[in-house]
Amino acid sequence: MKRLLVGIKRVVDYNVRVRVKPDGSGVATDGVKMSINPFDEIALEEALRLRERGAVDEVVVVSLGNADAQAQLRTALAMGADRAWLVAVDQAVEPLDAARVLLALAEREQALAVLLGKQAIDDDNNQTGQMLAALWNRPQATFASKVEFEGAVARVTREVDAGLQTLEVDLPAVITVDLRLNEPRYVKLPDIMKAKKKPLETINAADLGVNLRQRVINVSFAAPAIRQKGILVKDAEQLVTEMRARGLV
Amino acid sequence: MNNILIVAEHDGRSLNAATAKCINCASQIPEARISVLVLGHNVAGVAQQAAALAGVHTVLIADRSDNQHQLAAVLAPQVAHWARGQFTHVLGPSTTFGKDLMPRVAALLDAPQLSDIMAVESARRFLRPIYAGNAIVTVEVAADEPLLVATVRTASFAAAASGGNAEITAVTCPAELPSHTRFVSVSEVSSDRPDLQTALRVVSGGRALGSSDNFKLVYELAGVLGAAVGASRAAVDAGFAPNELQVGHTGKIIAPELYIAVGIPGAIQHMTGIKDARTIVAINKDADAPIFESADLGLVGDLFVILPQLCEQLARR
Repeated sequence: MKRLLVGIKRVVDYNVRVRVKPDGSGVATDGVKMSINPFDEIALEEALRLRERGAVDEVVVVSLGNADAQAQLRTALAMGADRAWLVAVDQAVEPLDAARVLLALAEREQALAVLLGKQAIDDDNNQTGQMLAALWNRPQATFASKVEFEGAVARVTREVDAGLQTLEVDLPAVITVDLRLNEPRYVKLPDIMKAKKKPLETINAADLGVNLRQRVINVSFAAPAIRQKGILVKDAEQLVTEMRARGLV
Repeated sequence: MNNILIVAEHDGRSLNAATAKCINCASQIPEARISVLVLGHNVAGVAQQAAALAGVHTVLIADRSDNQHQLAAVLAPQVAHWARGQFTHVLGPSTTFGKDLMPRVAALLDAPQLSDIMAVESARRFLRPIYAGNAIVTVEVAADEPLLVATVRTASFAAAASGGNAEITAVTCPAELPSHTRFVSVSEVSSDRPDLQTALRVVSGGRALGSSDNFKLVYELAGVLGAAVGASRAAVDAGFAPNELQVGHTGKIIAPELYIAVGIPGAIQHMTGIKDARTIVAINKDADAPIFESADLGLVGDLFVILPQLCEQLARR
């Protein structure tokens, strides 16, 4: 069975304007809308399309989190994933530990590839996929904007600073996805009903042989410096005058 | 003593300016002794450029054909090999090169990584942005960690000055390098314009341009100013501009002297990419666009009228 493993992180929704708590102890997330990390949603969409094209047979999703993350896993199942794993954790998981958990599951599932978002929009680390590839001793193709499976290899186009780079990687491999890879499908109501019957298993990180470590401490949080609002000019001529006066042009 | 290894970014001929910014960041770590590692093929010239930067103690050059395409899977075992036991910090730029490579290095070293460091508080304590720049977190690596890996948010640091004269040492790595990852191609870059990441002036266009044809107006203004061209995510998504021009949270983070945003409303994801620009100019027809909250100079109006006027005014010295 050719199987893809897709990582799903529960994060504060893309549209929420996150604010730092007044005491600097963190960001306010109480009562805030939570969603699948948008990059992970794109990874899942790509996995589903690969299955629909016949390149793979099964799509398995996994999330690390507390019981609340079941909501995002159910959404992933409603999108079309076949099965789900919740790796139950009650603390923040650092990227290297997330990679160790994903490695254990990738081996257990004998995954043909692991697809992940290139970064999560909460801590913006952009580390887990690359770390998984290193621990797995397998190829990585990060920031993917096009993915094709051809037998035992994948051909991946990557968004890099210079433009677009294409790599060929032997499978299994880790692929992390960028924004323009696809547009995720909308979930329909009947799919949500169907998803309730799909398998969702819970397992502990320790059962996968991973003991979580805290190696980086968040000391304090602060709001970013705010730029001072400037002035409005009335037309192009005044804009050029102002720019010249400031030595900008 | 903090022994710091910086992985150089280059295109085979020139050292990328991001490396000089990493050197400046590293020099702010107390008791820093900075080494720069140049991995590539026929890159003696790049090593010389690195050796000429102030603050660099040693340049290590790993010259072999396997390194030509700068593949993370090939470079990471070599970086890890030299870093292990020798260095306290391994730094790379927070560019697509560094973002791809450094976590792979960190995992091979079983070291924690800090991404996008924007300020140095001590050898173990740094500031970094999270939530697309909506919050800044002070992070500290536990005292018993012998080594930490980090990527440097280059827009937060000036480039190290020239005037160095570091020793250059060739190194070889016995680690077996994988063949499971193969370079196929890279898109041709048009090099007739200033580089977006290092340009002093940048003109960016948004979705309001309406088409890739209209986007030429942005190129024209940039041409008059000798500026690089950027684009909002919406403009890239719409196909008006290529992906490498995207400025913002998931695109390029830049810090030009002058940034002119044309038809860009200024979502937080865009602003996080330009907040270190010295002067922001905004041109938008919507007076309520959030970009006017952060712009030093704002002009409310129709960009299709304003851009040709600007080009004409600027050309008329």
